[in-house]
Amino acid sequence: MMLVDIDAAVIANRRLSDDYNVLAFDAAAIARSARPGQFVMIKTSRGLDPLLRRPFSIFEILRNNSGAATGVSIFNKHVGAGTSLLAEAEPGARLLILGPLGRPFEPVDPPAEAWMVAGGVGLAPFVTLAEALAARGTRTTLFYGARRGEDLYCIELFESLGVGIVLATEDGTRGVHGRVTVPLESALRQRTLGEPVKLYVCGPTPMMRACAGLSLTYGRACDVSLEQVMGCGLGGCYSCVVPARSDTGGPPHHTRTCIDGPVFEAQRVAWDAMTSH
Amino acid sequence: MDLSLQIAQLTLANPLIAASGCFGYGVEYSDVVDLASLGGVAVKGLFLTEREGHAPPRIVETPSGMLNAIGLQGIGVHRFIAERLPELRERRATVIVNICGTTLDEYVEVARILSDAEGVAALELNISCPNIKEGGITFGCSLPGTHAVVSAVRKVTRLPVIPKLTPNVTDVASFARAAEEAGADAISLVNTFLAMAIDVDTHRPKLTNIVGGLSGPAIRPIAVRMVYECRRVVKIPIIGMGGIATSDDVLEFMIAGANAVQVGTMNFVDPFIWTKLMEGIRCYMERHGLTRLQEIVGTVDTTAGQKAWISS
Ligand SMILES: Cc1cc2nc3c(=O)[nH]c(=O)nc-3n(C[C@H](O)[C@H](O)[C@H](O)COP(=O)(O)O)c2cc1C
Repeated sequence: MMLVDIDAAVIANRRLSDDYNVLAFDAAAIARSARPGQFVMIKTSRGLDPLLRRPFSIFEILRNNSGAATGVSIFNKHVGAGTSLLAEAEPGARLLILGPLGRPFEPVDPPAEAWMVAGGVGLAPFVTLAEALAARGTRTTLFYGARRGEDLYCIELFESLGVGIVLATEDGTRGVHGRVTVPLESALRQRTLGEPVKLYVCGPTPMMRACAGLSLTYGRACDVSLEQVMGCGLGGCYSCVVPARSDTGGPPHHTRTCIDGPVFEAQRVAWDAMTSH
Repeated sequence: MDLSLQIAQLTLANPLIAASGCFGYGVEYSDVVDLASLGGVAVKGLFLTEREGHAPPRIVETPSGMLNAIGLQGIGVHRFIAERLPELRERRATVIVNICGTTLDEYVEVARILSDAEGVAALELNISCPNIKEGGITFGCSLPGTHAVVSAVRKVTRLPVIPKLTPNVTDVASFARAAEEAGADAISLVNTFLAMAIDVDTHRPKLTNIVGGLSGPAIRPIAVRMVYECRRVVKIPIIGMGGIATSDDVLEFMIAGANAVQVGTMNFVDPFIWTKLMEGIRCYMERHGLTRLQEIVGTVDTTAGQKAWISS
């Protein structure tokens, strides 16, 4: 593990809406060793308030003209004091950013296809995964759902990587009317088992749970990326646990999302015992 | 420069110890920190058997601090010895095992098992976790209970015995004295302060366990005062903790009366804190011409304010 803590300069703050921004950092040492789906812990203030770091999926790996990794960005939804500070961060500001952390996604190779399923802020880990899949030549589709059409962001990033896009909104203002599981299920139904597909899911707990159920019904491999409140990101505090079975099965135990995840094989998670908050 | 200190027969190379529950089993940090460079590593509290702990959310942030109600999730003493201790030994960590019990017999049994294991340097008796209803804290909140558990463990081990005191009592110094009388080799304090946070929109507690323990810089002045009070009544070494974030904080605890310190919450914020603290301590020693760090223990000058008032 090449873990580093960088006092990183903010190089851009792209405000997407009142609720979301993309914050980019000069952080080459993290960008170079990061793998798809990994996360960073960011100290949102210089002082003691807020005290703890916040976990963020690495959204993009930033590159210079010759293709060398120079930094990372995060996809920030404003939900509390820490994320609101990150909404307001100006270029030139410096923040501590620790990473890369966590068990990454394992991208599939052709002829298998990859279907990424994102709900809301759950879009965050999929740019890095889409890049890794594109590099392997794996055909990739993004199923992306939100409440309203205006809550769907950064679709062009995925289109530029050759990803097929299927959208869904609960109010029907864009894409399929309904939850993202609606187009996902019809796509799964149309597939014959001879055509291998792997699902990668990130979003609210009920949505991930529903996708885990669908993957079982239709006999598809499925990985989920779980988001939990974290204290340290390194396995020190045992705050971010989820009920999950070990790789070899057995009864579920409280398992640390930071070091055993955030990516879990969906059937390992004991969804009945998950508390969503 | 001599940063070492003695707890019974055990020598710690320096006073910086990773606090229990804030450093996993130590092995999680072996790529981040040279475990051998720490004065000690206090591992997550262990019972005889595995425990699942409380349902999440288990932490919530508060001003300059945090509440936790982990509920002592742990792998139990047997798996610890088989699966974690070998790596800790290989990394030459000074291992302090934080031991828990729901009954006096369980403390004794866990202590006995660890005493036979190779690579354990000391036992820290957790009689102070505020998040577990049965056992533990009930010993820590009663003077006879504290005396009983310390003397029972004392009888079955040659390892240094370090009861960890709770701040959730009226007079912590009386507990320090009870521990010393029962044969403790040192005491550590403080564990977390019982506390609560509520979501005003839902009217629900922010922790599933309803209440939790407050730690971090928010508690530091209270912890310093408690170390000061204990220093006045016991002779055995004191391991102080509560919100340590800088080398000045380490020195403050030592001047109040601590021989060593533990760092918990701030290791979450900065896992590379250890070299910074060490650097700061060395600079201080240089600046003050100190050759032996232990010389500053308990040197708080409480007459200074008085003198200034008289002479003005
Ligand atoms: C998440 C968390 C878990 C803890 N678990 C334990 C434990 O298992 N045993 C114990 O004796 N103390 C435990 N503590 C208390 C710490 O060891 C320490 O006494 C307290 O946090 C004060 O120090 P700090 O302010 O530096 O964190 C825990 C504290 C936190 C924050």
